[in-house]
Amino acid sequence: MFRFTIRRLMSGVALLLIVTSATFFLAHLAIGDPTAGLLGNSATPAQRAALHEKLGLDRPLFVQFWDWFSHALRGDFGTSWRNFQPVSDQIALRVPVTLSVVIAATVLAAALGLAVGVATGLRPGGALARVLKLASVVLFALPGFWVSLVLVMLFAVRLQWFPAVGYVPLTQSASGWLSSITLPAVALALSAIVMIAEQLRNGFVEVTKQDYVRTLRARGLSTRRVTLHVLRNASPAALTVLAVMFVGLLGGAIVVEIIFNLPGIGQLTQSASQIGDIPILLGLTAVTVVFVVLVNFLLDLVLGWINPKVRDI
Amino acid sequence: MTDPSYPAPGGGAPAQQRLWSRFLRRPLGVTALAVFLLIVLAGLFAPLLAPYDPNLVDFSLTQAPPSAEHLMGGDSAGRDIFSRLLYGARTTVYGAAVACLVGVLLGVPAGVAAGYFGGLTDRICSSISDGVQSVPGMIVLLIVAAGTGADFTVLMMTVGAFMAPGYYRISRSRALAVRKEPYVDAARVAGLTHTRVLHAHMVRAVQAPVVIQSALTAGVAMGMQTGLQFLGIGTASTPDWGQMMNDGFRTMGTHPLILLWPSAALGLTIAALAFMGSTLADLISVRTEPVSRRRKRAVAPDVEVVPATGRLEHPVEDSALRIENLRVTYRTPHGDKQVVRGVCLDVSPGEVLGIVGESGSGKSQTVFSALDLLPAEGHTSADGIWIGGEPVGDLPRAKRHALLGTRVGYVPQEPMSNLDPCYTIGHQLTEPLRSVHRLTRTQAGERARSILRRVGIDDPDRVLASYPHQVSGGMAQRVLIAGAVAGKPQLLVADEPTTALDVTVQAEVLELLRELQEEYGMALVIVTHNFGVVADICDRVAVMRHGRVVETGAVEEIFAKPADPYTAELIRASLDDTESRDDLDAAWNKAGRTVRT
Repeated sequence: MFRFTIRRLMSGVALLLIVTSATFFLAHLAIGDPTAGLLGNSATPAQRAALHEKLGLDRPLFVQFWDWFSHALRGDFGTSWRNFQPVSDQIALRVPVTLSVVIAATVLAAALGLAVGVATGLRPGGALARVLKLASVVLFALPGFWVSLVLVMLFAVRLQWFPAVGYVPLTQSASGWLSSITLPAVALALSAIVMIAEQLRNGFVEVTKQDYVRTLRARGLSTRRVTLHVLRNASPAALTVLAVMFVGLLGGAIVVEIIFNLPGIGQLTQSASQIGDIPILLGLTAVTVVFVVLVNFLLDLVLGWINPKVRDI
Repeated sequence: MTDPSYPAPGGGAPAQQRLWSRFLRRPLGVTALAVFLLIVLAGLFAPLLAPYDPNLVDFSLTQAPPSAEHLMGGDSAGRDIFSRLLYGARTTVYGAAVACLVGVLLGVPAGVAAGYFGGLTDRICSSISDGVQSVPGMIVLLIVAAGTGADFTVLMMTVGAFMAPGYYRISRSRALAVRKEPYVDAARVAGLTHTRVLHAHMVRAVQAPVVIQSALTAGVAMGMQTGLQFLGIGTASTPDWGQMMNDGFRTMGTHPLILLWPSAALGLTIAALAFMGSTLADLISVRTEPVSRRRKRAVAPDVEVVPATGRLEHPVEDSALRIENLRVTYRTPHGDKQVVRGVCLDVSPGEVLGIVGESGSGKSQTVFSALDLLPAEGHTSADGIWIGGEPVGDLPRAKRHALLGTRVGYVPQEPMSNLDPCYTIGHQLTEPLRSVHRLTRTQAGERARSILRRVGIDDPDRVLASYPHQVSGGMAQRVLIAGAVAGKPQLLVADEPTTALDVTVQAEVLELLRELQEEYGMALVIVTHNFGVVADICDRVAVMRHGRVVETGAVEEIFAKPADPYTAELIRASLDDTESRDDLDAAWNKAGRTVRT
């Protein structure tokens, strides 16, 4: 178990290093001269040259990389090129917003996906299962931002049940926080709900055919207890999807945050990419990859707990 | 192009045609295809179809409602929405096509190579694919958009790169599956090069899944593309749906129609793609949906009825199990199939009954339906089923199941597949004792330990703490026997209890069953294809074939004078099998010794 943990952490760190380094070079190659975006079109060549020198952009790319990389290793992601505030502070300010929405969406997806998945798994030919199948086809394909627009039109503009835009911190008002993240979380969660339900249903149908389920029934276990056995065996695929969805949700959150005007990392990503604020973009990439690694690590732990056979391989 | 002497299954023109004609018979699929084609055509011929220049500004049209001249009205800049929608379809379809093409080009060759060659190729490709999946795609897309001045084609190529892992995974798993097919080996042995084999077989094998994946990918790519355009990435001079949605979003409160049109267009296109993909996937996988329980009850199986077979030896009140005229029918997509066609048999307490027959003779189905353990597609009818002298055939499900684990025990065939891999053996043994027999945790643990000792396991504590994958097959079968007798049943049903075991363990397990049967005074029903097992342990035997009992009688009589030629054949086959097996073992031992010395 210890070796398993270490191995997973090592590969996570490797992934973090590779992805952030690749993003560094990609950003510098793609953006080229960021001073144009940072200063705007009205800047004089002299102003741009001054900023160019101040940011150290005249140094060879590898020198710049090493400078950034060696600081990043110590947890220092530098300062924004726009307002020279520390990158970590700006990101730390916004992470709670995005995490609120993404975690709420994940919890929603897990809970509803579980409920619908089990209900349809127990009656795979039933009406609910058929509705799920149709719904999953469409809902999986529709992008979160499209769903957001529909939700805003319906619940915020028409019915006015929820605020259309804005974010209320949890520390300020719990109910305000909840109603400010409900619509974005639902928008993000919808496709995840049907994906998880679908995985769970398929898993249920597969596992129910297994010999040991018949043997468990032959021992006289109640349907409820047999269902728990089936659920445990059917859940790994659904959990894997949940973890993959989490990564997707972090990306999908960018557009959704802009629609709902939430001050999360999505807005920061958009503004930083528009003006070419590379240190912010690199910091955002690092944070996102850290979340991905953490979620995958948690997934491995949970999968190992569910089925110990996984651990022994 | 392809070698006609090595036909790959599922490929070829006729199969392709069949798939098409089957697709065209699905109303949902046809509708989706028609809608999608309509959108593609609208985009292609936008310059001919659009009534106005999409960028022509007419201030009188600003936020105008729909009218005869302007079908969908005007946007906030005073441009004709319908014309812009048509031109936007062009952009959307083009972008999705670029993304799919790049995804296919990157993902499919890598996936096929990884699946076909395996080893290092597989490891490298798979870790790259996993890595790409953990990259925050949206950030990279925004960076690319910022750097390239929002060159749309480059942007969609990047989207395609992020879609490649999806193509990679399905191509890899298809290639892996095909790699194991014998015809690929045959092709290799026949001297075809890797390139030829890949060409002839792999391309065909991945075709259909790639098409389905493309429908999915195109939808997702359209979503990402429109999302990026919504954020303001794109060329102002070319109309696109994301831009239009952004325009509508800003005036959503006052003029919701401006947002509605492009949103509806995008939703419709993505839904059409999704339904096309799922219809195709349905046709290809031909997954049979299980029959719902309600339908199962409502309709009685429609199959010919033949007279009952078999003989009953004991009066009802003296029987441990009695089955009268049992029929089992399976519902399949191709109609009902009767697998047990009128079986009568019985067994008394303390008696050992063998049910013998080749595979597919309906012997396992007979005992499963007697215990009410058939899968959902199975349907049982009988003139009567008695357990312990009491009729149980008409009992409600819950009462019927209450007999299991208390009065009836069941020993399955495959030891390894009959233990739940997620729980310790201890949990699996004590759970029924606690929930069905209401023992406390300590009592259940004590009982599990003593019963494991009884079935010949010397270190019960280690076994109780183990997971199923940590014990051997013989050990697992002992555990399953322990689980079956833990509830002290009066009737034990064993389905091929020795078939999956090593020859050396088989005799021990049979001996154990015999001992337990005598010790508890149980009736034992043992299902087997092997007359050797019958000779070892049974008092009486029922021989089954094609779902019917061909002969019933005491073991000595049947061995001495089989009345049915099929019985004689089975006996001969079983004996031959044992003989040749012994010969084989002897020969192998001799050969082994020769090699070693």
